[in-house]
Amino acid sequence: MAAGWLEANCPWEKCPQVSDLANLALTSGLSPVGKRPKITSYLKSFFARRAFAFTLAKFSLLASTARSRLGVAWIVLVPALQVTLYGLIFGLILGDARPDNFLPFLIVGVVMFQFLSGSFIEGAKSITSNASLVRSLDFPRILLPFSATASQFVRFAGILLIALLVLPFFGEFPSLSWLSVIGVIALAAIFSFGLSMLAARMTTDFSDLSQLIPFITRLMFYSSGVFFSIDKLTEAYSWLGFLTWANPISVYLELARASLVTGYSATGFDWMVGGLWAFLMLSTGFIFFWLAEVRYGRLN
Amino acid sequence: MADSTNQIGGEGINPSSTTNPPTVVVDEAFVTYRVFASGKAIPENSNQARVKRTGNLRTVEAIKGVSLIAREGDTIGVIGSNGSGKTSLMKAIAGLNPIDGGNIYAASRPAFLGVGAAMLKDLSGEKNIILGGLAIGLSKAEIKQKLDSIVDFAGLRQFIELPMRTYSSGMVERLKFAIAQARAHEILIVDEALSVGDSEFRKRSEARMKELAKDAGTVFLVSHNLKSILATCNRAIWLDQGEIKMDGDAREVCEAYAEQVGTTIDE
Repeated sequence: MAAGWLEANCPWEKCPQVSDLANLALTSGLSPVGKRPKITSYLKSFFARRAFAFTLAKFSLLASTARSRLGVAWIVLVPALQVTLYGLIFGLILGDARPDNFLPFLIVGVVMFQFLSGSFIEGAKSITSNASLVRSLDFPRILLPFSATASQFVRFAGILLIALLVLPFFGEFPSLSWLSVIGVIALAAIFSFGLSMLAARMTTDFSDLSQLIPFITRLMFYSSGVFFSIDKLTEAYSWLGFLTWANPISVYLELARASLVTGYSATGFDWMVGGLWAFLMLSTGFIFFWLAEVRYGRLN
Repeated sequence: MADSTNQIGGEGINPSSTTNPPTVVVDEAFVTYRVFASGKAIPENSNQARVKRTGNLRTVEAIKGVSLIAREGDTIGVIGSNGSGKTSLMKAIAGLNPIDGGNIYAASRPAFLGVGAAMLKDLSGEKNIILGGLAIGLSKAEIKQKLDSIVDFAGLRQFIELPMRTYSSGMVERLKFAIAQARAHEILIVDEALSVGDSEFRKRSEARMKELAKDAGTVFLVSHNLKSILATCNRAIWLDQGEIKMDGDAREVCEAYAEQVGTTIDE
């Protein structure tokens, strides 16, 4: 029953050398521990434990505000303060170079940017800040970056809802084109989850990266046209034209503005780029994260 | 000196009943840590070459070719000095720490209970029970149903709505043990987790571990308290420098270990 049995029942693509102990283990129906699961069974266990991710997302949202007096209100207060601050500063500095419909432009930009950068920051921390959980419990690690994205998404949904209620005060009234924002949200959410997985693994592989995160988000902020128009910039400097498609953050910002702010529009090409970025980020993020699955428990 | 009695090697590897089906098989497992550390090493005796240096990189051979078979009904005490590889081996069996060589097989995913920080320290004990329960695979309905018994087992009813950062380390371990025992685990690994609990809780958890082992389970208990090992375990493994020095009847191994370190079991 030695070699022949193992060849027929080998749980891996390539069978290791058959030792007596391995043979005993496999004939007794034991399965290997500490080996990377197959993608399909990994996805299955991810789906089976999804309740854990959602509960963790909910609890960490509550915990993030539990120690402050204003509590949950901060979720909306922070972006409101940001819009006020950027509106005042950049509104003054930019002067006539301000994008059209500056305040709605800025509100939509800040709300979208907060979601995307928040997923990146929280995703990067998702493994390291839950180290005690990772080191003591065995569960599909993908639940952690997923949960980080989910809690950012809930936060984002609340802020967006308020932004939509506020927009009419700045001359933007609901129209049919607002419906297309659902598509933008879906693409941005998929993109965010991928980004979150990518960041989660990168900070566990190179812990030095966590020092760079603030600079990366600053770079994202200044290169994505949160407070200025990328289109105007590329008109002036045509060699920067790649920014309209190479920077996914600005792609989602532009798509959201096309849906919600008058005077802005998106072409089919823009939507395609947005879709492509979402798909690309999700698949690379997932595979990159899955490849290191067994290593997250070992934090040096 | 009780050197390498019962050493691993083909036959007679398992001193406990060899008829029960195996639950954990460790086949020549190696665990090697790579750690960046700057600074000069203090010169040491060259016979201890577990830490190797290349520039700033230190390679630590935590586990060096360990093999063992654990069977249903086994309660295995794991003893050895600090740094002998006990926790590394247990984490490898639990699948929390990847192995760098060899193979480990288990009948089901083992539950690991170790000393360490609270799970999510800003959340209340109750929320940690819910999260911990979901993470080990209980459903929301099962957790709701078992919440009371978990709280009672931990004996923390008064403090259950306080954030876990306010708990003492003993209280944290009580809660973690209470969560882990809520699900019938086939394999339970307790890594010094009970050492910070008070004697009343230790008795309760020792009884629970025996119960789990009786239900065709396997329990690994890492402890420096030889008395506690003798009270719970039928078998003991002595790890030394990342290798198994002795594997056999709990009393024999504990006595040999006590003799080596110059104490008695009662101490």
